Amino acid sequence: MAREKQALASTASGKGRLVDLPRGEPRAELHRELVGHLRQNRTQLREEWVARIGEARLLQAMTQEEIFAEATSVYDSYVAALETGTLDDLTAYARNLSERIIPRGVETHEVVGIVLLLRDVLARSLFAKYQADFEKLNRILDAYEPAANRIANTVAVGFVQERERVIRQQQEAIRELSTPVLQVRERLLILPIIGVIDPMRARQLTEQLLRGIRENRAKVVVIDITGVAAMDATVANHLVQTVEASRLLGATVIVTGLSPEIAQTLVTIGVDLGKMNTVGDLQGGIEQAERLLGYKVELG
Amino acid sequence: MQVPILKQGHVLIATIQAALTDADLLELRSGLVQQVVRYRSSGVIVDVTAMDVMDSFASRTLLEISRMIRLRGADTVIVGIQPEVAFAMVQLGVTLEDIPTALDLEEGLAYLQQTSRSIN
Amino acid sequence: MAEEVQILVTCDKDVVTARQQGRTAARAAGFSESEATLVATAISELARNIVSYAQRGTVTVARLNGHRGTAGLKIVASDAGPGIADVVQALRDGYSSSGGLGLGLPGVRRLMDEFDIASVPGSGTTVTVTKWLK
Repeated sequence: MAREKQALASTASGKGRLVDLPRGEPRAELHRELVGHLRQNRTQLREEWVARIGEARLLQAMTQEEIFAEATSVYDSYVAALETGTLDDLTAYARNLSERIIPRGVETHEVVGIVLLLRDVLARSLFAKYQADFEKLNRILDAYEPAANRIANTVAVGFVQERERVIRQQQEAIRELSTPVLQVRERLLILPIIGVIDPMRARQLTEQLLRGIRENRAKVVVIDITGVAAMDATVANHLVQTVEASRLLGATVIVTGLSPEIAQTLVTIGVDLGKMNTVGDLQGGIEQAERLLGYKVELG
Repeated sequence: MQVPILKQGHVLIATIQAALTDADLLELRSGLVQQVVRYRSSGVIVDVTAMDVMDSFASRTLLEISRMIRLRGADTVIVGIQPEVAFAMVQLGVTLEDIPTALDLEEGLAYLQQTSRSIN
Repeated sequence: MAEEVQILVTCDKDVVTARQQGRTAARAAGFSESEATLVATAISELARNIVSYAQRGTVTVARLNGHRGTAGLKIVASDAGPGIADVVQALRDGYSSSGGLGLGLPGVRRLMDEFDIASVPGSGTTVTVTKWLK
């Protein structure tokens, strides 16, 4: 059974199954009844839910038509999750939905809010239907509640993770903007590094440079570290790795502005400075780069 | 899975696809050497653009390929290493030592032309 | 998306499967293409060690939820092979790509954030590595 194969990390039920039916009524029967009820009353329940969303003043960034369309999709995915007992489709849908609504400014509390409202609306309808048979109501709720909670959790977590991903992307973009890789001539890139570099920034610089080499088809890169005060062994290692990785992309690296202190650090970590292409200053580095590329060098 | 090897003049071009197993790499090694001998090629380009991971076995095998081909008097150039793969390689510590590398097929061919010109 | 996936590793094809699954899981967990490549590379090394030295083992890739809500990926490469006699030696840098010696463990450690190894000669080896979303 598909349910059996699903390995859910959450230990809420401890059994890894979404729908866990108690003894008494044959499980399949109870389950079918639950899903059947939700399907039959789809239109009415969905309307009720949309009304409650409006009352709670949620999703104000969206139009009524949009809310209705998304509500329909969420409702159907919800019931499908209850029916199949698996969360894969719902998780995928939640992520998809999040991708759409995050740019619209929808916030976490709204998403959590509407899923909880749906859970309530469905629960109330179960109360209404089975109020005459208290025992049966209990059995139905025993089946419904843990599943409904798991679903609410899945949708909320999916939304939050998508949000975090977007934030990370934006942070990455900001970092990139603050460290330009400059193309000054064809096939020649310059990466001026200024200030303090921590391992994280060093890693990000390397990735940016490598992408730049590929996009600009650079054959020579001048990394200028005149503006770098000091470098510890970790960051020095990153520099060496950057040089090696650039070579793998077919580019030669010239390091300029190497201070005696940094040169010492490099030697300490075992770098053979004789093998590294270094020039005193940026201007000299650019001239050497142009020579390597076969450009005529103007003597000033 | 066979790696396609094309002949372009004096150069052989092997294009590696993703999902290459160790066995495939070893097959490529013997295949390339055979073809270099058969066509008396002066250069070999191994295009790894589609290779999603370059681990220690892959880099070792590429080194072996380069050495075996050198014994037949030909040059090898590895082209198309992706930025993410290059980054992972240096973290892992595999360097492809002194095998020439180039950005892409075009650069690789230019490199081989230059090398053969300087020899002649 | 399943929270955990397990791959049985017995041949070089499985090494490919394991690293592809690892890449997919890393992307699904929110890691960048670059980080996913690091994960795939680490898995490739670990899975290959299993095939080379133990003939058979498993690679498990699991999603983690760390403190403060950060997400992560945990990979466990386990086998019942001959084990590593000298773990300290195996972890010493000096692994050379051309030498063919060594298990590439120092490299794997560099690729990931956390690294743990337990090995008993005659019983088997378990390597556990973790990467966190930053």
